[in-house]
Amino acid sequence: MITLIRIELYKIFKKWRTYIGFMVIAVIVPVINFAMLAEGEKSLDFMTRNLQQSFVFVGNLLNGYLISYFILTSLAVHIPFLIALVAGDLLAGEATAGTYRLLITRPVARIKIVTSKFIAGLIYSNLLVLWLAVMSLGIGILIFGVGELIVIKSSGIIIFAKNDIIWRFIFAYGFAGLSMTVVTALAFFFSSLVENAIGPIVSTMAVIIVFLILSALPIDFFRNIEPYLFTTYMSSWRNLFEDPVDYQAFIKAIAVLSLHIIILFTITAWIFKRKDILT
Amino acid sequence: MADEKVIEITELTKDFKDVKAVNSLSLNVYRGDVFGFLGPNGAGKSTTIRMMLSLINPNHGEIKIFGKSLKKERTSILKRVGAIVEKPDFYGYLSAYKNLEILGRISGTDVSNRRIMEVLELVGLEKRYGSKVKTFSHGMKQRLGLAQVLLHDPDLIILDEPTTGLDPQGMKEIRELIIHLSRDKKKTLFLSSHILYEVELVANRMTIINKGKAIVEGEVDALLNMNKLKVTFEVNDSEQARQILGGTDYIKDLETVANNIMIFSMSSDKVAGLNKYLIENKIEVSAVIPTRSLEEYFLNITEKAS
Repeated sequence: MITLIRIELYKIFKKWRTYIGFMVIAVIVPVINFAMLAEGEKSLDFMTRNLQQSFVFVGNLLNGYLISYFILTSLAVHIPFLIALVAGDLLAGEATAGTYRLLITRPVARIKIVTSKFIAGLIYSNLLVLWLAVMSLGIGILIFGVGELIVIKSSGIIIFAKNDIIWRFIFAYGFAGLSMTVVTALAFFFSSLVENAIGPIVSTMAVIIVFLILSALPIDFFRNIEPYLFTTYMSSWRNLFEDPVDYQAFIKAIAVLSLHIIILFTITAWIFKRKDILT
Repeated sequence: MADEKVIEITELTKDFKDVKAVNSLSLNVYRGDVFGFLGPNGAGKSTTIRMMLSLINPNHGEIKIFGKSLKKERTSILKRVGAIVEKPDFYGYLSAYKNLEILGRISGTDVSNRRIMEVLELVGLEKRYGSKVKTFSHGMKQRLGLAQVLLHDPDLIILDEPTTGLDPQGMKEIRELIIHLSRDKKKTLFLSSHILYEVELVANRMTIINKGKAIVEGEVDALLNMNKLKVTFEVNDSEQARQILGGTDYIKDLETVANNIMIFSMSSDKVAGLNKYLIENKIEVSAVIPTRSLEEYFLNITEKAS
């Protein structure tokens, strides 16, 4: 099994499309940092304009942690596309290239092939999230240094002491990795159904966008189905930036997302095991 | 051991919606056979081969290879099988060497540098071992396909249309390789083709399949002898030749006469005698063209079936 996973990883990292995600992050994170360097103070003033009448802010509020929090908030929606780009290709790419025939005529059980591919996809997704974490925290801290983290919510503001932040980011990025694994499982599922990689990429993004729109609509019917949409739980890392942390909601989100991964992978494996290879 | 069944297919059926691609097909391949699996395009050859390699699940029937059920012992069977299914596709972004190494590792076989270079040398690709496969011509991919077949030294080799797209030299090399594998390496080969000539040259047994159904199975030689040759004689005066032949048995074999072309349907042992008889009777024979019997046989049988 380890050999199969290593081979799948080798194949993934031999394709140029794999590096698109890493390159996008390598470009966008510094761009955001430099934009914040130029206009960050102004933005922070704007965000805290109502509070400045009652409070006096001292210290370095525009710091690497705030930038990283900001990036995590905004990029969590866009990373799925980069994930789908690779995960959607894992099975469908073999069909397109005609290499299913080579792969499935090897003396290896189909379940091992599909599992190794999924694990390789999972490793890629989590490496991408790790890269995002390293880049956003690394460059943010390098340019702006560290300081207290101010989190502004509709219910008020929370300021975290600088020695109480890093563990929250570790778990937040860990949770982002889990969320992206759901995206991987979804794209992988679509990848098992079709014979070219475009379909799974588009389908995965379509599902995520539709779910996000449904969650955002202030209509009772959609409010009722919101708990059943996995996208609802993808931003549950924010629970870690509450005081006190809502561990119950956080653990529930982990359980729901894990269940999605298990169900999606089980269906994919079932389909793959019975699939007629006609390409 | 000579009649040990390597492949035993019983009542194999595969439907694709309303189309019966393979219809209750049964066949046996014995150890040491070079088995020709013949049929026109769309006859169900590739579907059958895909079922034999567990790429496709049959709706009905059983496949046994090396005496074991493919459904139950797929992995242990595939360890001893090498195959090319339709066109040989590889990971184009990887080198020929890396493709073989990866496929060998997945199969759990010897992927030493020596072994990989040995099979690349056998198919004449040793100088291009480091080139990416996407730069290869169809013929080179076909040869690389053969290299991956041979990499793990299988007992049974399944080749689906192995000469498709090759130039005459490439086709000849593949034929020689098949003969070498059969004679010298004692491999069992299952060879699908719609090019009858290549099957006639290398196979000892065959099945003809059409519309998913096996029409005939047997020894190639025996099947050939069931049919007469079509022999075309080009002569200087066909009317005179017809008169000369009037009092002989040869006239019974004459089918067509037109523009000094005479077509006979006869057994091969009579051709030389007829030629001699015409020349002795002052008829100039400028050409004797036998039509390959298997081709006639194949065309007849597939036309009848359709």
